[in-house]
Amino acid sequence: MKDQFRLIEFNLNGKDVAKMVDCRASLTDMLRDDYRMTSVKKGCEVGECGACNVIIDGECYNSCIYLAVWAKGKKIRTLESLLGPNGELSDIQQAFIDETAVQCGFCTPGFIMTAIEILETGKEYSDDELRKQLSGHLCRCTGYENILRAVKKTMYKRLGKPMPTAT
Amino acid sequence: MYDIKELYEAESVRDAIRLRLEHPEAQIIAGGSDVLVQMREGKRAGKELISIYTLDELRGVCLDMEDNLRIGSLTSFSHLTKHPLIRQHINVLGEAVDMVGGPQIRNIGTIGGNTCNGVTSADSASTLHAYEALIELTGAEGVRRVPIKDFYLGAGKVDIRPDEIQTAILIPKASYENTCGYYYKYAMRNAMDIATTGCSVNVRLSPDKQTFERVRVAFGVAGPVPMRAPGAEAAAGGQPVSAETAEAFGLAVVGDINPRDSWRASKAFRQHVAVEMARRCLVESVKRCGGELK
Ligand code: FES
Ligand code: FES
Repeated sequence: MKDQFRLIEFNLNGKDVAKMVDCRASLTDMLRDDYRMTSVKKGCEVGECGACNVIIDGECYNSCIYLAVWAKGKKIRTLESLLGPNGELSDIQQAFIDETAVQCGFCTPGFIMTAIEILETGKEYSDDELRKQLSGHLCRCTGYENILRAVKKTMYKRLGKPMPTAT
Repeated sequence: MYDIKELYEAESVRDAIRLRLEHPEAQIIAGGSDVLVQMREGKRAGKELISIYTLDELRGVCLDMEDNLRIGSLTSFSHLTKHPLIRQHINVLGEAVDMVGGPQIRNIGTIGGNTCNGVTSADSASTLHAYEALIELTGAEGVRRVPIKDFYLGAGKVDIRPDEIQTAILIPKASYENTCGYYYKYAMRNAMDIATTGCSVNVRLSPDKQTFERVRVAFGVAGPVPMRAPGAEAAAGGQPVSAETAEAFGLAVVGDINPRDSWRASKAFRQHVAVEMARRCLVESVKRCGGELK
């Protein structure tokens, strides 16, 4: 193949970066292998499980079915961007722990990035709406209810409203 | 790593056409949610790809000079669903594509890719057929527009010439004006599933909302290509807005469609579901037009 490696400049978690990248690479490959963003998991690698989910220009994408070369000029956020300066967890990460929404943890980074997209809209969603928005992720362990509760709890906290009790 | 032989990145529509002519074996890749998956499965492994994904000029929705809705081929499903023009004129299309896959898939998946696959289970297909969409193809010699029913040639086959790429989908004003529609997707799961059968209906009622002025219905997965149901349309067109008309409309569908047996569902089951879906879609469309079934 001619020009197999191509120069890609983009913004990763707030920092401008550049790399010669193999044009056969998926965005998952690039983020994990070249930038050590190991929160980006390889689950199914065919776009079905959401383990590799990252935020590109404000919207969630499964990075396993996104070509690395398409990252050119984009703003990409991974779970690593949520940590505070001294490694503090963000509110949504803490909520996942508090609600036991993490078991093996393989699906967690993907779920949390979708949760970030939901939370950053600043809107209040019903349970059904939250379920729909979280539906692009598979979890083998938790049965989803704890995950839903963690997202919901954080949503109400950020909105400064009490979480409705009985569901 | 994907097993890609060569990746050509188009920088403009003209560039894409040049690449098409230079590399006749190459497959066009838009969002890639089908092409890359097939590559991973081995079906398209070792192939050359022409990427058009970064051509932003092919994104967005607008009204053209004649007030036809013009949808850029690379508009993602999620952007379509949110777009004010879609919500205003053809809300049912936005709702239909909101049922594709899951949220991340709706961000990467494009309406053009969905139609170019020629897959009959595509959630957009039935609604685009019911609205008599025109497919705009741009090639070396210029632009041509093909009615969507002629664009789908057979299962997985569409009418794109070797120098062409699909650049837009148009919904004629005469088609969407004063209509309300409803899409029903019958699938085994609520998310991340492919439709067993999809049905899209749209109606135009008389000003007093007593008569069906025009009724259109199309199915995905009812045959090898998405299809209209002309018998059913005739059974309801010009008839009073009533429960009997809705009933007759549903039953007439059986004369029009030819579903197949597959592991997803049997022919008899699909037929049964199609009748009921058509009836329900008609009822919902009437409600959305502010009408009432007597
Ligand atoms: S690894 Fe990307 S969706 Fe499963
Ligand atoms: S916690 Fe194990 S897959 Fe979700």
